[in-house]
Amino acid sequence: MPIIVADCLSKVYPVAIKQPGLRGTLSHFFKRQNRLVNAVKDVSFEIQPGEVVGFLGPNGAGKTTTLKMLTGLIHPSSGRVRVADNIPFQRNRAFLEKITLVMGQKQQLLWDLPAMDSLRINAAVYGISDREFKRRVGELTEMLSLEEKLTQPVRKLSLGERMKAELLAALLHQPQILFLDEPTLGLDVNAQASVREFLKSYNERFDATILLTSHYMADITALCDRVLLIHQGQLIYDGALDGLLDHFAPYRQVKLELEQTMLDAELAPYGEIESISGREVCFIIHREDLTRAVAKLLAELPVCDLTITDPPIEEIIGRVFKSGLVE
Amino acid sequence: MQILHKSRVFLSVYYANMLEYRAELILWVLANSMPLIMMGIWIQAAAGGAFSLSSIDFARYFICVFLIRQLTVVWVAWEFEKEVVEGRLSPRLLQPIDPGWHHIANHIAERFARMPFTFALVALFFVLYPQSLWLPRGMGGVLAIAAIILAFILRFLIQYTFAMFAFWTERATAIEQFWYLFYLFLSGMIAPLNVFPEGVKAVVMWTPFPYLIYFPASLLVGLPVNVGQGFGAMLAWSALFWVVNRWLWRRGLKHYSGMGA
Repeated sequence: MPIIVADCLSKVYPVAIKQPGLRGTLSHFFKRQNRLVNAVKDVSFEIQPGEVVGFLGPNGAGKTTTLKMLTGLIHPSSGRVRVADNIPFQRNRAFLEKITLVMGQKQQLLWDLPAMDSLRINAAVYGISDREFKRRVGELTEMLSLEEKLTQPVRKLSLGERMKAELLAALLHQPQILFLDEPTLGLDVNAQASVREFLKSYNERFDATILLTSHYMADITALCDRVLLIHQGQLIYDGALDGLLDHFAPYRQVKLELEQTMLDAELAPYGEIESISGREVCFIIHREDLTRAVAKLLAELPVCDLTITDPPIEEIIGRVFKSGLVE
Repeated sequence: MQILHKSRVFLSVYYANMLEYRAELILWVLANSMPLIMMGIWIQAAAGGAFSLSSIDFARYFICVFLIRQLTVVWVAWEFEKEVVEGRLSPRLLQPIDPGWHHIANHIAERFARMPFTFALVALFFVLYPQSLWLPRGMGGVLAIAAIILAFILRFLIQYTFAMFAFWTERATAIEQFWYLFYLFLSGMIAPLNVFPEGVKAVVMWTPFPYLIYFPASLLVGLPVNVGQGFGAMLAWSALFWVVNRWLWRRGLKHYSGMGA
């Protein structure tokens, strides 16, 4: 039985329009004009318990709005949503105890106090006993490598440490469903990797369901088997990550190292050139042509080394939106 | 037991938070010293004119006003507005506790953090002006304490109700600032209601303002007030603002779009 059900979910909200300049300011002061924005249109999907699902889409696609409807922060304009057998907007205690939402830079920790104090508040709110509190903090601190950081004022922590402490605070009540909006935004590569690692082990240890949005494809590829792709408020793909590649990017990246540099014109007949840097050339080749193209490259060019990879997902998503594939 | 435990944790954490602002605490206490300025003015005025209160009465009244202001100061509208506009309300809404409890705990904890400075200033006042020292008589002290607690509750409820408009206007503090003008004149902060014309006083006593300062201050000093009407009015106004507050909260939440969240 699915733990998250979104059925024809839509959200329309008014946004004030103001023209620039003094004239615009004055007319805005006397007469407000609004335009209706269809942030989310007829989005339907189901998520099973324990699944880790990536939520992809460009800025303003409707990802955060959908997460807010799933967590009950905003009321859908139409459609039906059920999370852990509850209607989120009713914000029942039973529902709130099962979920958490982590929003990149939105802090719930008290800025001037050590994170431990905010954690004590959370423990009191969720009715966690002192013994259990110590056990969970110990366990999560270890998983997040946050030892000794919880007794320093939050403002003295680095961005990565603060984000981990926020995660700890958001997971203290051991929620079954995690909604994560850009959980690694602004973190350096090491911190991103450790947050990712943590989420993976949290999912395995507690069989938690995770729905996450991220600008970093590494988050999605490391954590999610399934992705939802949203564009202009509409769900345009729901399926396996590999399927997304096949569906929207039926091509491969072929990287060559040549014995000597060659001109663009000499290389052009072999395929679409993505980049040339000295003796290294990168071609984009349609999957159907791959065998024939590679054989031709090896036969006709002075090749030292050749590798075939999937193009990075950032690029695929970029191509999907640029090429109008989704219009 | 759960409630006691929660209250203890909330108060101890917010008290610790308040103590982080040691220097600010003294400034906050001093920033509310307008009653002491008014005291100087009214003592001078009483010496030269015919008022129903003597210089000593004015001195006692205004030191009480100072104390009550310290104990009933509320800033929830500013905090709540910031939470709504910056979207920081969202994580609070996802916890199984009404976000209002955070504000209440924060305000109560601040009272305890501020108290030593307040009492030190009051003690200093009596050292400098020993003639004005007095002890509330009989039940006066007990009733005054009850009235001060109720005054804080009422002031908090009024401002928290205005704060709810942040869901729609995003600048709810403007309402509070407009209201403050009436509060300043009608609560007894600038002058005790005893010096108001009888007709004006009779009308003002139907509003919530005098119960925020004048009524508890009068009980503390021992000025004649209608105790029954006073407590009745405080409870009635608190109940009214509570109902409006909860109604606006429910409507506001539907309107809340998690701005900036």
